[in-house]
Amino acid sequence: MNNIRITTPLTKEAARALRAGDCCLISGVIYTARDAAHKRLCELIAQKQPLPLDVENNILYFVGPTPAKPGSVIGSAGPTTSYRMDAYSPALIQKGLTGMIGKGKRGPEVVRAMQAHSAVYFGAIGGCGALLSQCIKESQTIAYEDLGAEAIYRLVVEDFPVVVIIDSYGNNLYEDGQRRYLDSINKQQRTS
Amino acid sequence: MRNIDAQLITQTVKRLCIEANCQLPSDIKARIDKALCAEPWEYARGILEQITENYRIAENQNVPICQDTGVACVFLKIGQDVHINGNLEDAVNEGVRQGYGEGYLRKSVVRDPLDRINTGDNTPAMIYCELVNGDQIEITVAPKGFGSENMSQIKMLRPSDGVEGVKAFVQKVVEDAGPNPCPPIVVGVGIGGTFDKAAYLAKKALLRPTDVANENPFYANLEQELLSLINASGIGAQGFGGQTTALAVNIEAYPTHIAGLPVAVNINCHVTRHKTEVL
Repeated sequence: MNNIRITTPLTKEAARALRAGDCCLISGVIYTARDAAHKRLCELIAQKQPLPLDVENNILYFVGPTPAKPGSVIGSAGPTTSYRMDAYSPALIQKGLTGMIGKGKRGPEVVRAMQAHSAVYFGAIGGCGALLSQCIKESQTIAYEDLGAEAIYRLVVEDFPVVVIIDSYGNNLYEDGQRRYLDSINKQQRTS
Repeated sequence: MRNIDAQLITQTVKRLCIEANCQLPSDIKARIDKALCAEPWEYARGILEQITENYRIAENQNVPICQDTGVACVFLKIGQDVHINGNLEDAVNEGVRQGYGEGYLRKSVVRDPLDRINTGDNTPAMIYCELVNGDQIEITVAPKGFGSENMSQIKMLRPSDGVEGVKAFVQKVVEDAGPNPCPPIVVGVGIGGTFDKAAYLAKKALLRPTDVANENPFYANLEQELLSLINASGIGAQGFGGQTTALAVNIEAYPTHIAGLPVAVNINCHVTRHKTEVL
């Protein structure tokens, strides 16, 4: 499969060019946030306060890494399940967030916001934190250090492998992939 | 009566926490290898290759296989001829504290389910004790990630629902979960007992090596049948389609009430980790 190379920031135009099922390699700066950080970011948005990072044209990676061993940039760092962020993602997408990396299904409210504001949902392989951490070249805590693994980290990544799960048109690899596989099996059974 | 120092329990739990998080059991590795050879779907093959590379990196570099190093589930089989010098619960929690600290594992436990303040050392452990014959203690540490734990379900079926009801419920749980628990998954099923006993059986089922079938031939057959049914769903590795939705189904059954048929399904991801030592 051919890989599409993406360099951050991810503009809305670049996001619109991606389609569900595309395999991509991301390079550049991305930011981490999971449950607790999302809650705080959305509280700031509700209070019309400035955020500790500029989400416009940026990618959030839903991850809580293990602590870095001495001499390492970061510990294991694979994606966490995304639906827990569904309550918060639309507000961030409205602020200009163009990419999210996680795993698992998203709710209709998130997909609607992605379609309205040209954002993309990428999947990284769940349970492959040791492998994925090798693509992370720099890591720095930029906010909410008190949250430990749930703090916001600024990561510099190189060729970080992801697949477009939901594109900005609402196409969904989870639905298409399963259906296409089952169709291929049925076709084989009919011809044999 | 044999005396065992609480300190020895602490040291053992500490070591098992680190080893379980970095080394995938050989039966799971063999299942993944076999699935990769048999998988016809291109996306899924690519994913299974990366899963293989991931567990090799983890083992060689002694880093966690997954960043969710879980809540520490500690199963103790305590011989009734053993006397423990010291407090057992404190000894286990101290082992978890040291293992998660010195092993650079993630601290994922909050002190209260609603105020959600992290305890900072991954304690307390979930401790399950069983009293058995003999003068030994068997300790199993099974770190449980919550991506898969959150996808688990329990249902009180009617006795008239029978085995067909059990099969339908297990399939429903796997389909509801879809891509969320990082398939390929391992499915633990507890049938019978009470509401809580069924959940315990489902969790315990996940400790049995996947190359050991239920010793009752009826349940051994049901394990195979459920595995085939689940893999016919087409959900596939990571939910991108394919024939490897589950690596194995393990069932544990227990006597129950004349009015009941409790069924619990506890899901594990492909990082099905556990390590055992006998003292």
